[in-house]
Amino acid sequence: MSVNNPEYDFKWCPGCGDFGVRRALEKSLTDRKIATELPMENNVVVAGIGCSGNLVHLLEGDRPYGFHGVHGRSLPAAMGIKMGSPDLNVIVVAGDGDFLSIGMEHIAPQAARNLNVTAVIMDNAVYGLTKGQSSPTSEFDMITSSTPYGKQEEKINPLKLYLEYGVSFVASMMSSKIKDLANLINIGMDHKGFSIVHVQSPCTTYNDTYQLLKGNKKLGIAPIAWEIPEAHDKSDINAAHDIVDKGGVPLGILFEDKLRASFDENINKLNEKVKPRNLDKVIESFSI
Amino acid sequence: MKKNDFVMRFAGEGGQGVVTSAEGFAQAAAQEGYHIQTFATFPSQIMGGPTWTQTRISTNEVLSSGDELDVLVAFNEEAYMTHKDAVKKDGVIIFNSGDFNIDDDSSSIKALGIPFDELAKSTGNTRAANMVVMGALADLVNMPQSILESFVTNKFTRGRPNDAEIISSNIEALSLGKLEIEKNNFHLGELAASTPPKYEQILINGNAAISVGALAAELDVFIGYPISPATPILLWMEQRLIGNGKFVHQSSSEIESIIAIIGAGYSGKKAMTSTAGPGFSLMSEGIGLAWMTEIPIVVVNVQRGGPATGLPTKTEQSDLYASIYPAHGDVSIPVIAPGTVEECFYASIKAINWAERYQGPVVLLSEHALAERQTNIPKPDIKKIKIENRLTYTGENGYKRYEGEKLSPMPIPGKPGSYVANGSEHDDWGDTTHLPQRHIEMTNRRFNKLKLLENEEYESINNHNEISIMPWGGSKGPVQEAYKNLIEEGVEIGWFYTMFLNPLPKKLLDELKEKKLIIVPELNYRGQWSSILRSYGINAKSITQYTGLPFKVNYLIEQIKKNINLE
Repeated sequence: MSVNNPEYDFKWCPGCGDFGVRRALEKSLTDRKIATELPMENNVVVAGIGCSGNLVHLLEGDRPYGFHGVHGRSLPAAMGIKMGSPDLNVIVVAGDGDFLSIGMEHIAPQAARNLNVTAVIMDNAVYGLTKGQSSPTSEFDMITSSTPYGKQEEKINPLKLYLEYGVSFVASMMSSKIKDLANLINIGMDHKGFSIVHVQSPCTTYNDTYQLLKGNKKLGIAPIAWEIPEAHDKSDINAAHDIVDKGGVPLGILFEDKLRASFDENINKLNEKVKPRNLDKVIESFSI
Repeated sequence: MKKNDFVMRFAGEGGQGVVTSAEGFAQAAAQEGYHIQTFATFPSQIMGGPTWTQTRISTNEVLSSGDELDVLVAFNEEAYMTHKDAVKKDGVIIFNSGDFNIDDDSSSIKALGIPFDELAKSTGNTRAANMVVMGALADLVNMPQSILESFVTNKFTRGRPNDAEIISSNIEALSLGKLEIEKNNFHLGELAASTPPKYEQILINGNAAISVGALAAELDVFIGYPISPATPILLWMEQRLIGNGKFVHQSSSEIESIIAIIGAGYSGKKAMTSTAGPGFSLMSEGIGLAWMTEIPIVVVNVQRGGPATGLPTKTEQSDLYASIYPAHGDVSIPVIAPGTVEECFYASIKAINWAERYQGPVVLLSEHALAERQTNIPKPDIKKIKIENRLTYTGENGYKRYEGEKLSPMPIPGKPGSYVANGSEHDDWGDTTHLPQRHIEMTNRRFNKLKLLENEEYESINNHNEISIMPWGGSKGPVQEAYKNLIEEGVEIGWFYTMFLNPLPKKLLDELKEKKLIIVPELNYRGQWSSILRSYGINAKSITQYTGLPFKVNYLIEQIKKNINLE
């Protein structure tokens, strides 16, 4: 059940990180509406399949447009929407299974194009909706329902990967820091080009990492999340790699390329350069 | 007696001028007012490999590429060995004597060796071997040399400093070819004079006709991935789908193509992709998504042969099941299958119109034999083209996009009416639901919309007869030629045809149900169309062929007669 629709029959588990991401996205969309003076309908939220994708139905307040497609294909859908109608603001919401396993093949091409959309990735290192299978970001040897004796694959490092692919804006955050997350999503939406905000969004049922992220002084557990220092040069790709190499979960903007043109800008330039084809003349060109 | 019809096949290695000779000769003949049709088959490799192109020239409309050859032009020995048996008893073979010699005396067919390359070289233009061949052929059928000369002059007047030089060497090559025929007193009979049609014509192939049609239907977005034999559509679009609000791009996979055009369709644009067998399989899930979310898109599927990689450069009609039922779950995808190059143009417009009209995916089902076929067609009159646009929502927010069991206006992102286009079963808002009543309602809604497509045109001739023939897609031409022959023989048989295969025009369905037998020639093993017709309660039976090549007319005549117990 959602605020908008009593018939809707999906629920997140109590304490799910995705609640925080939803709050943050609601806030950033509302902020954007005020800042741009554009109606909420100017935003399209493209959702992946999984717990996280259901965010699109659970948003409260003014409804943006939504697209809830098939598993792993949120980025191609976002490309079609953005390039079909470049005036729209397009946001992808997807989980680690959707975005980094079945949908992995779509990240590199959009990074190469610098598609002007913002992806908010909810990483809980597990497949939640199908009840607890391992995901690409699950730890090596982790016991899950699909790896009963331990996962025999190394986990991938999404931030490293985004940087290597040339994603032009890469940020990292955790779901409980709603204000910071909303702020990052806003900067990502303003960024001209492909922006990814990768969010640690724990699954309280199958992989509860809250304690790990925040630490627990009583139990002597140090937090793995750490703030990126203000002095970090966001335009420096090497410095961004250094941050990832320090390990743990950095919080903040790792990399931001403000100089690169976005895909729609480049296509626009091409369209201005090449003369449009008139249908009569096209048909004429086949004259015998 | 003058002849009305010549069939010539050009065979050799890719890059030897096989295709340029065949198409050049066809174009020259078309300029003179003859009807022409070419049929090409290539190896799936960049350079070399056995290739052949067939050109048929006629004083009347050409329906098939022709069963037997009047002329074989063999550019190498392998081509001679492969194709010599396709030559008629009174036909001739012209071979490249610079490459090989025919020692085989057993063949009764007249053969003449001409050193194509050497003669070309003697004009100072080594690339004019195809002109030597064309000059020889023209003389062989008593076609005035002036036709080819003006063809050459048109072709090479390109505003470059060496135009005159190139034109003169090519004309010299033409006359050297002609001289060889004269010297050897070789003749095939005279081609009757053409009666040029009164209307304007264009010379075009199926892939290009689909592309121009899409442009005429005001396509906005094209996203595709290279795959034989659909690649030329992508390349054509990359060149010409330019301008404000247009977007064309090569995707990273067919999965990306299909989902991206659904995104574009959702955003309010007319969007299309083109693909073939393997790519079409990858698009299955996406086509289901467009059906479920009710988003207009067009998928052009240019059929090739076989499952998996199959026969990338051969023709077959084996994707019919896959096109109507590409995806899991209850779907029935509208399919338009053009039967001629001219129909490719109109089918493309209709496919985009259909997608807009019923708000969902449409498959435009073409095939290799149409894609590469060059032929003369009447120049389309774009003023007569009817363009349809989706019913759009213009009200306020709070709209239930999927309310009711029939078509409803579609909101456009950016404007009021926000909803979720949802691939999961949904309620009228587009939010996910699992309630049985909703699944019933939405399933009914999706199928009800097909009724908007049931009133299209079809051909029904001589249908006082109990038995009728009904081809589909690119087999239309050869079957039509066979049918004409049968009617001339006095065989009692009717004719049905439509390019609208799903849904079938309702009136046609009623007519078909009345018949004792419907004979369906089709290029696949399972008899896909006849089995679908049988599922509608029609007594249909297929004539099948799965060689990777189009039907031959004589084979069809023989098989049709067998089926109506005349032999």
